Amino acid sequence: MATEILMPALSPTMEEGTLAKWLVKEGDTVSSGDIIAEIETDKATMEFEAVDEGIIGKLLISEGTEAVKVNTPIAVLVEEGEEVEDQSSSSAESGDNGDASDDDTPSRAPDEPVAAAPAAPAPDREQDWPEGTELTQQTVREALRDAMAEEMRADDSVYLMGEEVAEYQGAYKISQGLLDEFGGKRVIDTPITEHGFTGIAVGAAFGGLRPIVEFMTFNFAMQAIDQIINSAAKTLYMSGGQMGAPMVFRGPNGAAARVGAQHSQDYAAWYAHIPGLKVVMPYSASDAKGLLKSAIRDPNPVIFLENEILYGKSFDVPKLDDYTVPFGKARIWREGEDVTIVSFGIGMTYALEAAEKLAEEGISAEVIDLRTLRPMDTDAIISSVQKTNRCVTVEEGFPVGSIGNHISAVLMEQAFDYLDAPVINCTGKDVPMPYAANLEKLALTSTAEVIEAVKKVTYR
Amino acid sequence: MTRQTKLNFPHPPARPDETPDFSAIDIPEAGILDVPPPELKAADSHDYAQGLIRILNDQGDAVGPWADYIADREDESLLQGLRDMLKMRAVDKRLLNAQRQGKTSFYLQCTGEEAIGGGFQRQLEQGDMNFPTYRQQSLLIAADYPLRDLMGQIYSNACDPLQGRQLPIMHSAREHGFFSISGNLGTQYVQAVGWAMGCALRGNGKIAAGWIGDGATASNDFNSALLSASVYQPPVVLNIVNNQWAISTYTGVASGQSKTYAERVLGYGIPALRVDGNDYLAVVAVSRWAIQRARNGYGPIAIEWFTYRAAPHSTSDDPSAYRPKDEALAWPLGDPVERLKTHMIKRGIWTEERHAQSEAELLAEVMAVQKEVEKHGTFVNPQPISPAEIFRGVYADMPEHLRRQRQEMGY
Repeated sequence: MATEILMPALSPTMEEGTLAKWLVKEGDTVSSGDIIAEIETDKATMEFEAVDEGIIGKLLISEGTEAVKVNTPIAVLVEEGEEVEDQSSSSAESGDNGDASDDDTPSRAPDEPVAAAPAAPAPDREQDWPEGTELTQQTVREALRDAMAEEMRADDSVYLMGEEVAEYQGAYKISQGLLDEFGGKRVIDTPITEHGFTGIAVGAAFGGLRPIVEFMTFNFAMQAIDQIINSAAKTLYMSGGQMGAPMVFRGPNGAAARVGAQHSQDYAAWYAHIPGLKVVMPYSASDAKGLLKSAIRDPNPVIFLENEILYGKSFDVPKLDDYTVPFGKARIWREGEDVTIVSFGIGMTYALEAAEKLAEEGISAEVIDLRTLRPMDTDAIISSVQKTNRCVTVEEGFPVGSIGNHISAVLMEQAFDYLDAPVINCTGKDVPMPYAANLEKLALTSTAEVIEAVKKVTYR
Repeated sequence: MTRQTKLNFPHPPARPDETPDFSAIDIPEAGILDVPPPELKAADSHDYAQGLIRILNDQGDAVGPWADYIADREDESLLQGLRDMLKMRAVDKRLLNAQRQGKTSFYLQCTGEEAIGGGFQRQLEQGDMNFPTYRQQSLLIAADYPLRDLMGQIYSNACDPLQGRQLPIMHSAREHGFFSISGNLGTQYVQAVGWAMGCALRGNGKIAAGWIGDGATASNDFNSALLSASVYQPPVVLNIVNNQWAISTYTGVASGQSKTYAERVLGYGIPALRVDGNDYLAVVAVSRWAIQRARNGYGPIAIEWFTYRAAPHSTSDDPSAYRPKDEALAWPLGDPVERLKTHMIKRGIWTEERHAQSEAELLAEVMAVQKEVEKHGTFVNPQPISPAEIFRGVYADMPEHLRRQRQEMGY
């Protein structure tokens, strides 16, 4: 693909400069780090390095041109065998305003300054399955089992390991039937050491297998967090790409019912914090299936956060031979005009219930299920907020450093002018989870809280 | 009558102003232990776990059944072993100097332990994988890892194969059977077991070797690794390098009342051997036996390499604060280079003159590469890695927001 080389900023305050000299000509092959031009401002002169490898397809600004605005395309880099003309229709891609490229976007003239106002993001709105696909009702539990079974049939380097996954069919019966079909070599009961079996799975993944590690709950994965974060997530980077960990860590996450402070935590924000991990937290059965299949195929370590309460819930699942859901694509469950409610996992239960009740009161809520937290489909959130001008986030995790906090920051930075009210984060309370049923209920977020937050941001 | 309860706080045999004292260490005669059958069980390995396998005696002769076990070795392999150790020593010497001159931030020598990695690595095959600690650079030397790559990482310059992504001494060399070193102690031990399980599941005939120091046997990973290896029986050699010191912490703080680390392994049902790690021939013999045993499907095996960390822990450490300055000289098992040299001279395949010449040649070779690598920049004369590099190697396809940040940076 052709890449535009943009006029660089020599300092954060620089707006324009002189392209003093080209040190390359059209047709030259450059590699990263090669000096390709000299740029001058009234304060300084800088040698400008190529970042990517390629062939200089075209010099768009001639040597000696003054007052070249920062971020103006100054040259085009092409790959070997590629025609320079190929790129001319997609030159808006590298603009500084966060707009995703669109093939029919008109190309910007080389010397035209970059537009200052942020353009609307263009989220991927393609439906998860084609119109008319036959659907079947399935529980999240069955969908997860089917996803693992299908991937294990397709690739014999995939195996499952964890406490009680084999003979007992999983503490929550997620691995039902897998031992019978795949045998003890690929469905492995482990000793009670999360640190230990995570470590051996990380080692096996380094060696090229694709382990699925089941944690009886993610609360127990605390023991293994060093292996997950310091080894699985970072080794591909630290080894310069020589060895990585293509694997999935999965299991129930978040509060169930009356299991107290140590067994009720939502780890979404913890893992989403870490570069090198991908983090998935499905709500529906079709997403559980499609995302788990994608997770197993992903070449990176994926944290797959399930929920005990959702396991028995039924949803429509498409009857397709190989149904996958891509990472980084939110699902809009409900379109609306007045407010955007963003959630994921079990938080969706409150979000959808609140939207239903709000509709009765004449408030139209758009409900977005993020599905994956890293990568996160911020385009979908921003584009919705540009329409509704209001946002409420919903999650069960603690409030400090929550996913909602991150979304608020993204909206502040990228959609500030569109907001008509501060974003409200509905979260779990900032307290260890109490055991008593009434206190537990109070510690979690709720439909009532979401409704209250929506009324606050819509000034009702 | 009741006794008073009391606590025990282990202390080393001698502190800085005292005379080194290793009289409590029992050093059995060389050559008294036999070579067990490959199907050795934990219950039958007490003698090997509590004793000490030695081939070279104090006079420099190779004696006993383990000497016979490797009698087929060519003289050339001994020369190669000696060269590995001399080269290792030259690299350590030069890179320590470089750190002292401010050319790199950190270095860590393996002085006194060169025989262990050197002898072990020469018994592995292509495709086997070590999961080393930071003091096993002798594995890299014996795997003929290019010095340019090794030193490039030390200087974090354009010759660094990892392009500034990892600490100087934490090498990654997959093709040389050297797994990426983890800065968190112990993690690699259990990963070695997992890698070995992967080898067995695939049936590819390869093995893994885990490495851990005496100090890190206190970590969870040590327990998890031994338990998992005992349960699943994969082809793994679990090495414990007992060099007496974990920075300033005396080995007794990790061993407690266990006499040896090998003995502790037996409790997991894994057979274990304890070996004189300063005896190159013993290292070669036991490594060959253990690696063959693992490869032939007899399950995991542990080896305690008994040695002494002659160097400081790292360039950030000053051992004169916690142990006698001359303690290394008093180590009853001597120096691995000197012992092999004495044996080779006695055997008639080496001389003092050739030794001095070889040392000088290897030092010159190392210095030549070092000079070349330093041309690409050191801490004194930095030629920093391009800032564009921070954007690379993170995403397979660079996302738009990072692309933008990179452009704004001017790279």
